[in-house]
Amino acid sequence: MGKSTLHVLKGVDFGVESGEMVAIMGSSGSGKSTLLNILGMLDVADSGTYDLDGKVIKDLDETKAAIYRNKFLGFVFQSFNLISYKTALENVMLPLYYQKINRKERQKRALKFLEHVGLGPWATHHPNELSGGQKQRVAIARALVSEPKVLLADEPTGALDTKTSYELMGLLQSINDQGITLLIVTHEEDIANMCKRIVHVRDGVIVEDKKIKQVKASQYVE
Amino acid sequence: MLKTLFDRDTWQEIFGSIQKNKLRTVVTVIGVLWGIFIYITLSGASKGLDNGFEREFEEVAINSLFVWAQRTSIPFDGFRTGRGLQLKLDDKTYLTQRIPQLQYVAPRIARGVFGGNGSAVKREGKSGNYAIYGDFPILVKIATKDIFDGGRFINQSDIDYQRKVCVIGERTQKELFDEKEDPIGGFVEIDGMYFQVVGVHKYTPGGGFESDSDIFIPFTTFKLLYNTGNNVDWFAMAAYDDADVVAVEADIKAALKVKHRVHPDDERAFGSFNLGEVFNKVKGFSKGMNILSLIVGIATILAGVIGIGNILLISVRERTKELGIRRALGATPSEVRMQIIIESVFLTLVAGILGIILGSFVLAIINLMTSGGTSFPYTNPTVPIKFILGALGLMVGLGTLIGLIPAQRAVSIKPIDALREE
Repeated sequence: MGKSTLHVLKGVDFGVESGEMVAIMGSSGSGKSTLLNILGMLDVADSGTYDLDGKVIKDLDETKAAIYRNKFLGFVFQSFNLISYKTALENVMLPLYYQKINRKERQKRALKFLEHVGLGPWATHHPNELSGGQKQRVAIARALVSEPKVLLADEPTGALDTKTSYELMGLLQSINDQGITLLIVTHEEDIANMCKRIVHVRDGVIVEDKKIKQVKASQYVE
Repeated sequence: MLKTLFDRDTWQEIFGSIQKNKLRTVVTVIGVLWGIFIYITLSGASKGLDNGFEREFEEVAINSLFVWAQRTSIPFDGFRTGRGLQLKLDDKTYLTQRIPQLQYVAPRIARGVFGGNGSAVKREGKSGNYAIYGDFPILVKIATKDIFDGGRFINQSDIDYQRKVCVIGERTQKELFDEKEDPIGGFVEIDGMYFQVVGVHKYTPGGGFESDSDIFIPFTTFKLLYNTGNNVDWFAMAAYDDADVVAVEADIKAALKVKHRVHPDDERAFGSFNLGEVFNKVKGFSKGMNILSLIVGIATILAGVIGIGNILLISVRERTKELGIRRALGATPSEVRMQIIIESVFLTLVAGILGIILGSFVLAIINLMTSGGTSFPYTNPTVPIKFILGALGLMVGLGTLIGLIPAQRAVSIKPIDALREE
């Protein structure tokens, strides 16, 4: 975090419709993660505009950004980013805590989403007692619990083996089928093909943006 | 803010992060605990000393003073310098008429106190040499005399009838009487005259020149025995509680100078001593001790709280990623800040309360160990509740202030940078 600045994105112009499932592809350093972070309001763009659900997102102070993130966005990270001293259920409850929802209600909703990702029986386990795939599913449940409009996933399968990756993509596809918009950053071709649209980023610009025929993950998972 | 404070979830979050690193929490807490412990023990101890001094001075009226005659140092009214002065019994009325602040005046006369030999006292082959005082019953109002059960001090009819009665000291009793003998009603021979013992006085330390072998007899009997006429060696006096003893002392000396025809500026003609002044000096000393313990205590608490701030700074650094996750999930900067500040204040308070408990415990032990003996001026070491509340308030304030630093640090990092941290 020195003083030197690096312009990673050099003019990106694209839109995502509600209900889409977009893969943002590119090699490392291409700027795909930065793009996702700006969309997730974790980072700010030097210039340009960003509309979310008809709202212009600008002059974002940290407080406002935090509220938007909590209301509209769900995050899934490559390294899961679960809080290690909290159980799976408590991790999923966390976004609702910041929505000031009472504890009983939080517990109820969190459990519903944990069951939704198939981890109901694991609710009281701590992250270190879960496998990689299970951890990522807890993270997905946590991202979904606040019922966001958009789910942003940064290399969600990056730390998982192929089989687990496909299972996870199946889960993400089913979430998308329920109407939640998904943006997934990946550099894996097969993962990208399970989305409905692929955006290629190279050296900070979009070089290709195409709609594809979605490959269902379920066909790989028996 | 208050809502956050009383929210059960806030506390669950805080306990969660505190429990995450138990050892560090314990070490941190010890820092402040030590500070408040030092503060409580020190100020309790100095209060104990304070109480101890007060107890010592209880034996004598705090506003008591003593005046005696010396020699003149300035020629006046035809008298040469160096004239010896002698206080007389009628000086008492002279003083009480002129100085309304005087509550009690007890003329005293003695042998074997300020130089000179005491009197030979004999009884059934045993003998000794003791100081003899000629006193009025009013003396007990100025300097308490503890008399053992069954005895009494000199009373008014002893004075009126010039009775040959005496009050002897503990040591005198030991030296002149057998162990199992009841001295009350017994007779002792003082300078060839027989006196009946009416009381035995307890020796109380700190009372000045008096000792455990002193013999008190009625002033009028003394006068008869030693042919001292109306001479008085010194006056023991007590001013009313609300009087300024130092001013009264000056008034007395001025009045005596007029009566005894001494130059008004003659500082050496009359000697005096007042306990009020001494008491104030001792009080000043213990007040100084109080201030010292306050400063040391606060400084130690401060050091402890800075320790907490330091540890929280490290803790925040370690938890950068966790805080990043929380912010990605929607924690606003003020929520993150509040959590860390509450953590800081909570740790400080818990440490403080433990320190207070430990300090009180130690004070109780000290009290138990010192309450037996009377030689050490130390009684009932306590810390006023307002000092404790003040210390707690100080800790909350400092805890908040010091918590601000790590709290600010925690939110100064962009969430994305926080998330990248490993």
